[in-house]
Amino acid sequence: MALSREQIAQRVAQELKDGYYVNLGIGIPTLVANYVPKGIEVMLQSENGLLGMGQFPTEENIDADLINAGKQTVTMATGASVFDSAESFAMIRGGHVDLTVLGAFEVDVNGNIASYMIPGKLIKGMGGAMDLVAGADNIIVTMTHASKHGVSKLLNSCSLPLTGKGCIKKVLTDLAFIEIKEGKFHLLERAPGVSVEEIIKLTEGELIVAGDIPEMKV
Amino acid sequence: MAGFDKVVSSYEEAMAGLTDNMTVIAGGFGLCGIPENLISEIKRKGTKGLTLVSNNCGVDDFGLGVLLSDRQIKKIVASYVGENAEFERQMMAGELEVELTPQGTLAEKMRAGGAGIPAFYTATGVGTPVAEGKDERTFNGRDYILEESITGDFAIVKAWKADRYGNLVFRKTARNFNPMAATAGKITVVEVEEIVEVGELDPDQIHTPGIYVDRLILGTFEKRIEQRTVRASSAQGAK
Repeated sequence: MALSREQIAQRVAQELKDGYYVNLGIGIPTLVANYVPKGIEVMLQSENGLLGMGQFPTEENIDADLINAGKQTVTMATGASVFDSAESFAMIRGGHVDLTVLGAFEVDVNGNIASYMIPGKLIKGMGGAMDLVAGADNIIVTMTHASKHGVSKLLNSCSLPLTGKGCIKKVLTDLAFIEIKEGKFHLLERAPGVSVEEIIKLTEGELIVAGDIPEMKV
Repeated sequence: MAGFDKVVSSYEEAMAGLTDNMTVIAGGFGLCGIPENLISEIKRKGTKGLTLVSNNCGVDDFGLGVLLSDRQIKKIVASYVGENAEFERQMMAGELEVELTPQGTLAEKMRAGGAGIPAFYTATGVGTPVAEGKDERTFNGRDYILEESITGDFAIVKAWKADRYGNLVFRKTARNFNPMAATAGKITVVEVEEIVEVGELDPDQIHTPGIYVDRLILGTFEKRIEQRTVRASSAQGAK
């Protein structure tokens, strides 16, 4: 079975380490905050200018001046700080954020990522994604492995305009956990009940399968 | 107005001198910390051909989005347009010139502009459409592109509190692009929720010193929320 959005978030959360400063992108990455392993502390960075993002407010605590990068109302965790956008991106560009999790339309075997526009169809803008992928060393991309029509999103070469070049090393899809190195995809784990053959079929770029591939624990 | 007193009493006065084809830098992220009434004044004035520099362009009927419906904007420099249907329509139809700019690069362009730095190198955007036509250079084995800074004829800013000298304090994430915008305008206009007497703000707590501020006006704000997300009770985690 392909992973649900929540299960993808759960698997990403297993990569969190105690004391990590983490930036979570919009969508599935945001859900990672719900699955922080017990006994560790992480601090969430929101690129609009908040370090130490808390949970959503209760109705009576809503504050229009306190939102996350997805423009959702949030709260501040104990020990939080607020700052301006230049400061926020100094953290990001300066490599001070320990882990970045973000979504994508496509990734390829050279670690390129496309996530911000589909020419002629969809223009969202890159927001902070280009800064995040350029500034972070430790990035996990979360995405579905293939389109609804079975077209792979793990490619030899991205077809859409790039968000970043050669910067992605880890991808977690609904089917597989994949590492990118030396111009190839490497299968690390598969979703429970998903066969290696199925993953190979839906992966356009060269996929290295070395030995037995364990199932993810989610 | 006398000495360092920046307070003006009308929005007309606040935006006096804004004319067609000028560049306006605006603070705000989404609808958070936007200079609502200064935007309304630009709409009222009907100034056309504006180049707007702002992270987003509001939503269709609020924030900078209201300037789109009257075609007052010629060009926009922004990082994210995802929540604005009219923006996307005008952009796709080629009616609006858009320079999509990474968010951190945009913040730094304003900061550098205000600090008298004409350009800077950044790794952000290397190998992407953003790099097209830009000087590329390698430092310590890594590639960077040259990004030019931005200044505006006007900067429009929303702060929380100010004293009459224009020393500003922002509140929570409504700070966002506002401090950088404030430094990058030839004329910087700030609207605030409260104006206090000089000496009442602790100098250690001032986010933006009054030197950057030319005009200051007291406003009332709707503070519309774009994504109202709540949890039911303290027992539940964030969604």
